[in-house]
Amino acid sequence: MAKYLLLKHYRGAPAAVNDVPMDRWTPQEISAHMQYMNGFAARLEKTGEFVDGQALAPEGAWVRYDGEGRPPVTDGPFAETKDLIAGWMVIDVDSYERAVELAGELSAAPGAGGRPIHEWLEVRPFLTASHTITE
Amino acid sequence: MDEALLRSLTPGVLAVLVRRGADFAAAEDAVQDALVEAVRVWPAEPPRDPKGWLVTVAWRRFLDTTRADTARRRREDRVDAEPAAGPAPAADDTLQLYFLCAHPSLTPSSAVALTLRAVGGLTTRQIARAYLVPEATMAQRISRAKRTVSGVRLDQPGDVATVLRVLYLVFNEGYSGDVDLAAEAIRLTRQLAARVDHPEAAGLLALMLLHHARRAARTAPDGSLVPLAEQDRGRWDTGLIAEGVGILQAALARDRLGEFQAQAAVAALHADAPTAQETDWVQIVEWYDELARLTDSPVVRLNRAVAVGEADGPRAGLAALAELDDSLPRHTAVAAYLHERDGDLAAAARLYAEAAHRATDLAERDHLTRQAARLNARRGR
Repeated sequence: MAKYLLLKHYRGAPAAVNDVPMDRWTPQEISAHMQYMNGFAARLEKTGEFVDGQALAPEGAWVRYDGEGRPPVTDGPFAETKDLIAGWMVIDVDSYERAVELAGELSAAPGAGGRPIHEWLEVRPFLTASHTITE
Repeated sequence: MDEALLRSLTPGVLAVLVRRGADFAAAEDAVQDALVEAVRVWPAEPPRDPKGWLVTVAWRRFLDTTRADTARRRREDRVDAEPAAGPAPAADDTLQLYFLCAHPSLTPSSAVALTLRAVGGLTTRQIARAYLVPEATMAQRISRAKRTVSGVRLDQPGDVATVLRVLYLVFNEGYSGDVDLAAEAIRLTRQLAARVDHPEAAGLLALMLLHHARRAARTAPDGSLVPLAEQDRGRWDTGLIAEGVGILQAALARDRLGEFQAQAAVAALHADAPTAQETDWVQIVEWYDELARLTDSPVVRLNRAVAVGEADGPRAGLAALAELDDSLPRHTAVAAYLHERDGDLAAAARLYAEAAHRATDLAERDHLTRQAARLNARRGR
């Protein structure tokens, strides 16, 4: 088994095929979308492949250490970064192919007009702990 | 196996051990062990005196783990394991435990965790699942909390207000899990209100009951939020409402008004209205005025602006809103709502979308996005 992170971007990903902001959908289309997303996570729980999923608020800030005895420096809340993560799902699957298959399904979530969004999702493998048997 | 009985006995048993001189952390571990043992043994051999049984087993467990000298332990066990003579420990013991678990030296999250574990008798795993954190994390949080309060003497008087704040947090952070935190908070508050003569304890209990009564109506089958005005009032739990109103009226009659009683009064006025249109908004505004005097909380002022909008029209609501800092959470959502009521759908749609962007909770964000979508669809895309 290997873990993969499926990343959804507010910004920074290539444009989706069906690229309409959600407040321009109908309420029914939003419900259908939510239902698809919940159903997807529930299905992965049943297959034993779901690890975690979280949504993030769109605003964040940069923070860094500023030396002994000083409070950290913050920059933000930022609004104009090129890349912005909207949320993630962590899955634990048998192969990279399976991870790609699932990301494809997630990207097919219905959007405006009830048609799939075809949204670009980023798939990133976790670095694993070293195996006991290496030779 | 009566789990409710078992859990209702937990704080009293723990308090006995602490009163006998056991260190709080060790006593708490011993009580957890005794509970596990009870679950194993009781179905086949139900004890005549469940609490005495738990005290005996927990005390023995405490001695087992704290005394290294085996021979001495065996000798003393026989004596010490006898339940204390006289009547079972007074209700006061349990009350002291509430105070300890809500001690001001604890952070809110630690106080919540320790209360659920020591007073509520929940397992660490259950609490971890309820708050969506790893079990090891919750175990650490609880054991640090126990160390923090281990030096506090149980005979010092506590502050009921700190306990109420902790119980309020438990109720309000209604995460899902295999434990119903709202129901647990009600159980613990009910137990507390029966032990202290404090109108605010009654006020908090009434507040919880009145909100809990609406729970089934608050979410649609697809999980989305249903605003108060659109809820199917036939699905409100009239038994809980009647109980909440009764408790509130008795508390208000004492004439020692506090924040929770005033909040419960608002909830009771909503519960009283057969339809959303028949809500007595004028009285609700008066209660928010009381609340503003009591707490000076910006959230209260925001809710007051909504109530003013209903009582005196959306323009009046917007005027009340204009006096508040627009960086307040939910400020934009309230503005969107009032603009919609005022007929300015374009502004409302824009503000709903902006409010969704700023929302800090997922269900609320979805709800606000839906509101924006609804108005945009109505205005024609």
